[in-house]
Amino acid sequence: MSTDTETPTYTKSALEFKSTSFSVPILIIFNAELVQLEHQIEQKIAQAPEFFKNSPIFIDLQTCNHQQQKVDLSALIKCLQNKKLFPIGICGGNKQQNKLALKLNIPSHTIRENSATTIDASLKLNTIDIEKSDKNSSSEITPSVENMLITQPIRSGQRVYAKGDLTILSHVSAGAEVMAEGNIHVYGTLRGRALAGVQGNIDSRIFCSKLHAELVSIDGHYKINGEIDKEISSNPAQIYLQDQKLIIKNL
Amino acid sequence: MARIIVVTSGKGGVGKTTTSAAIAMGLAKKGHKTAVIDFDVGLRNLDLIMGCERRVIYDLINVINGEASLRQALIKDKRCNQLFILPASQTRDKDALTKEGIGKILEELAKDFKYIVCDSPAGIERGANLAMYFADDAFVVTNPEIASVRDSDRMLGILASKSRRSENDEEAIKEYLLLTRYSPKRVKIGEMLSVEDVQDILSLHLLGVIPESKSVLNASNSGTPVILNEESNAGQAYADVVARYLGEDKPHRFIDEEKKGLFRKIFGSK
Repeated sequence: MSTDTETPTYTKSALEFKSTSFSVPILIIFNAELVQLEHQIEQKIAQAPEFFKNSPIFIDLQTCNHQQQKVDLSALIKCLQNKKLFPIGICGGNKQQNKLALKLNIPSHTIRENSATTIDASLKLNTIDIEKSDKNSSSEITPSVENMLITQPIRSGQRVYAKGDLTILSHVSAGAEVMAEGNIHVYGTLRGRALAGVQGNIDSRIFCSKLHAELVSIDGHYKINGEIDKEISSNPAQIYLQDQKLIIKNL
Repeated sequence: MARIIVVTSGKGGVGKTTTSAAIAMGLAKKGHKTAVIDFDVGLRNLDLIMGCERRVIYDLINVINGEASLRQALIKDKRCNQLFILPASQTRDKDALTKEGIGKILEELAKDFKYIVCDSPAGIERGANLAMYFADDAFVVTNPEIASVRDSDRMLGILASKSRRSENDEEAIKEYLLLTRYSPKRVKIGEMLSVEDVQDILSLHLLGVIPESKSVLNASNSGTPVILNEESNAGQAYADVVARYLGEDKPHRFIDEEKKGLFRKIFGSK
């Protein structure tokens, strides 16, 4: 295109946002007793001082909260920091704990149901365990796909995120946003934005009965309203990636 | 058990207060003890439409702050003894509303009243959020134009996520669509969205279509809820809405352009 050659060099971007995954040790808290916690953390570190030195660490409060034990989060974080560990996030926290974590510049995450089940909690109720989520560690369970089904319309201003496939039996309004790590199926009209394969799954697809979307995207490759062929829109359509290109076709 | 109805829209000027006044009067006239509450603190209007502006002594905020009892603040309608109005404050702003205060008032009203109609202010700020928070039913008032439809859609999203029922994981608020200021003539020439268009976007149970009518403005000016004007299209349409809400089966009217017969052509229509 002629416009392409005319564009100056600053179009080369200086940065890019990408998503990737790291192995980070998760610290699962079973007991709110801070002295006990500190003692056992020390013991663990003594076993492999090099491994834990300046290591990022993730705090899982789910079990502890399930047992109605109130752990002093700020004291725990301070304790970890003193031991040259860097807490980088918490999960399974209650509202109060999440708020506190944010105040301490530590992000809170929503629970992945099966991430904390790697150990039999009942057996080690009073111990503390530091899980090394090594790829070849046999205790690691890969998260199963968490599909989501929605029967109501997705209204303007609402956002939905599915860790697996997302199926919507009604429509997606203009101004709404639906995202999925897997495929997106919309059995009504798609008027809002739909982003499939948001964590890099290039094989994911979007299906809808009518395509009037503001934006469709798969793994970051997107098309906006004006770029979508008008003739496709009133019939069921699918959107997928082929050789890094977004293809929109009628079913 | 009292039913709490919120009349909401997101967008302003679509006919929330007119609707609140009309359906509250309609319910009361059917013999149900009804209270209608103005949540538009700072921009009080309901009292004007109900024709009781001179009788406002205490208001919603006074009751919340404990400066007056509910009984003192409620204004009994002069036309229908089953209808009571709780006006908003004109001198305060919306921050004076508190969730606890509103909850208490509604709880107290629920003991005595069959229906409680909450007239929501425009927007999605505090007043609007509190008006719909405790609701059992929502009347979403929409004009057949795209901005109003989009705002209603947004409001429906909020109704589904930020109400007491959603927070307590109870059965969701029942949502009804009320299409107001509808003009079949303008729909025909493509100046207005049709009922089908709006339904297609909102997918909501249609409770009624209120035609655009001069009688609405006249009713507001004279402080008489339009439902009391049995001659007018809008009044009849609101009566239908109330009947449908109470479970009667009424066919929709005023959706298609009225065909003028020879008689009407000669003598004109009202």
